[in-house]
Amino acid sequence: MKTRTAYKWMGGALIVLTLGFLACNKKPAGSEEILIGEYGAMTGSTATFGQSTHKGITMAIEELNATGGVLGKQIKILSEDDQGKPEEAQTVVTKLINKDRVSAILGEVASSNSLAAAPLCQQSRIPMVTPASTNPKVTQVGDYIFRICFIDPFQGKVMAKFAGNSLKVKKVAILRDIKSDYSMGLANFFKESFVANGGEIVADESYSAGDKDFNAQLTSIKSKNPEAVFVPGYYTEVGLIARQARKLGITGPLMGGDGWDSEKLWEIGGDALNGCFFSNHYSVDDPSPAIQNFVASFKKKYNGESPDAMSALGYDVAKVLVDAMRRANSDNPDSVRLALSKTSGYAGVTGAITLNESRDAVKPAVVLEVKDGKFAFKETVAP
Amino acid sequence: MSLKRWLYIPVILIVLGLLQWACSALLLDGPIRQGPYYYQILILAGINIILAVSLNLTNGVAGQFSIGHAGFFAVGAYVAACISVYGGPGIHSLLGFMPGDAQGAALLVLAMIGGVLAAALAGLVVGIPSLRLRGDYLAIVTLGFGEIIRVLILNIEAVGGARGFIGIPKLSNFFWVFGGVVAAILIIRNLTRSGYGRALLSIREDEIAAQAMGIPVTRYKVMAFVISAAFAGMAGALFGHFTMYLHTNSFTFVKSFEIIIMIALGGLGSLSGAVLGAIVITVLPELFREFSEYRMVIYSLALILIMIFRPQGLLGNASLLGRKRGGK
Repeated sequence: MKTRTAYKWMGGALIVLTLGFLACNKKPAGSEEILIGEYGAMTGSTATFGQSTHKGITMAIEELNATGGVLGKQIKILSEDDQGKPEEAQTVVTKLINKDRVSAILGEVASSNSLAAAPLCQQSRIPMVTPASTNPKVTQVGDYIFRICFIDPFQGKVMAKFAGNSLKVKKVAILRDIKSDYSMGLANFFKESFVANGGEIVADESYSAGDKDFNAQLTSIKSKNPEAVFVPGYYTEVGLIARQARKLGITGPLMGGDGWDSEKLWEIGGDALNGCFFSNHYSVDDPSPAIQNFVASFKKKYNGESPDAMSALGYDVAKVLVDAMRRANSDNPDSVRLALSKTSGYAGVTGAITLNESRDAVKPAVVLEVKDGKFAFKETVAP
Repeated sequence: MSLKRWLYIPVILIVLGLLQWACSALLLDGPIRQGPYYYQILILAGINIILAVSLNLTNGVAGQFSIGHAGFFAVGAYVAACISVYGGPGIHSLLGFMPGDAQGAALLVLAMIGGVLAAALAGLVVGIPSLRLRGDYLAIVTLGFGEIIRVLILNIEAVGGARGFIGIPKLSNFFWVFGGVVAAILIIRNLTRSGYGRALLSIREDEIAAQAMGIPVTRYKVMAFVISAAFAGMAGALFGHFTMYLHTNSFTFVKSFEIIIMIALGGLGSLSGAVLGAIVITVLPELFREFSEYRMVIYSLALILIMIFRPQGLLGNASLLGRKRGGK
């Protein structure tokens, strides 16, 4: 009796799953469209990055399609969610390459997910361009992997330069997120560069993403009397760290990298963040007309929401890719790869993008100051 | 009798070999366009089956609620990856006389053995003190263990720390993963149907009564726990050598809960239920890709509906692989 029920359920479930798969097995889009795949975390803990990037990419593609697309065809973006998990990133990239047959792939923001999926793109010889993975290892996977952002060492150096030259501080403490390779990379290169310029690191403490209480680390930092604290983490923890640091009487500025860039930062940290600095890919307040046009059309499209760096990078990554297709005069992955590698001086909203021989972008960084919930443009630091 | 049983092994190996050949001919290099995508899902389903079946031994059969299975999965994955990454060149030069594929297979077997032993050892270390606890307390200890493992890995630079472990050779394939599935199912099925399994069932039903019957309760619980951990380690070894990249984001407590959902969905304690649950949990989110941003909402809704209409799990108490389970 029971066995029969079991068979019934097992059979039923398997039939449903098989039918589901067959139903999903739609015919591919015809050759009148150029397919570009995008993967990112639309859900999960880094979802704001995935969604911001997606907004930028969508806007870029809509603009391009409105002006006739590329190669006489319209462009279609196929976007897949990887929940911020490496194995999911592999699954969706396999799907995009084999099932949807995309010509190129855009993504991911988090370096760990890019590292998981990049070997698959390399193996299938499909160019992959990441908007914001800053870990140096990502493009080392192979010659089909590109990025349009600067790499961690550069951001660490920028902040070290800024601390030494503009803030004129000599004693700095570091509070790094030990769970994130991004944070570790920034902290290491900051330390190296700051010490080389004659500065002193008085304390080097760590936390783990997801922590809520930083009093132990901050008390230890306070006892060393640093003039500034370098906190290269993500906005969730940075907000809390700023609040707790001010409560403990640490008055010097906090500094960080592009992981700070989110409207949530101010919501969490509040006025504890006033007078803090971080490096970023671009600034909304940059007076250049290209940026102001971008900001205006983004706000118009997304109900007044102002574009963060991920959106700007998403916008640029789509445009750089399509520009390469135009120059290659083809959407053949190999020709696109070749054209991408020759990208030089492309005027994006995040600065002039030139790809070097290791397929990384060479471009300037901006330093922003947090002022009453706004990120004010402070200065541009050249590579 | 016993000879006939041993004959199963070559038969299973031949069938697996044929299926492996079919997979590479049809899915990977063959006519089916989305083949590699299906293959990817197939392999992940196989790995999830091993995880679910092994967790079912502690959570379902022995009734000890462990929520640290991802920890053992991680131990197996990282130890096995270390063996093939750091020991690989040495082993290859040692086995220079063999053809390339055989060298890879030998390396994978070594890595798997390492992963299984390390995970079993971790199971023993966690199991001995914590299985004296019951219910909620055991759950907390195992949850803590899983997190400790993850944070430890983050701090070991040799396995990539927070960047993730790159450069693991791609050695596992359909043959090895489903060989692992068959081994896990057969061994755990036979265990559950042995006197040892009946003792575990009695522990689940009533620990004090079991003790009164002369069953060394703690020892049996630890044994179940160690075996379960060992299989999770094997799943980890296969996983790492398939994805070629390991990152601790794959081994958070969310993964542990995912495995628990698999066995709860299939029917706690039912072996075939665990298999079905693992397949459903792997495939369902992929089916819902069509719904893009509502995917996870629909997926969660589907799980809730299944549990409302089928609270005992899809297969309930019944089992395809072991006739009726338990004494009743």
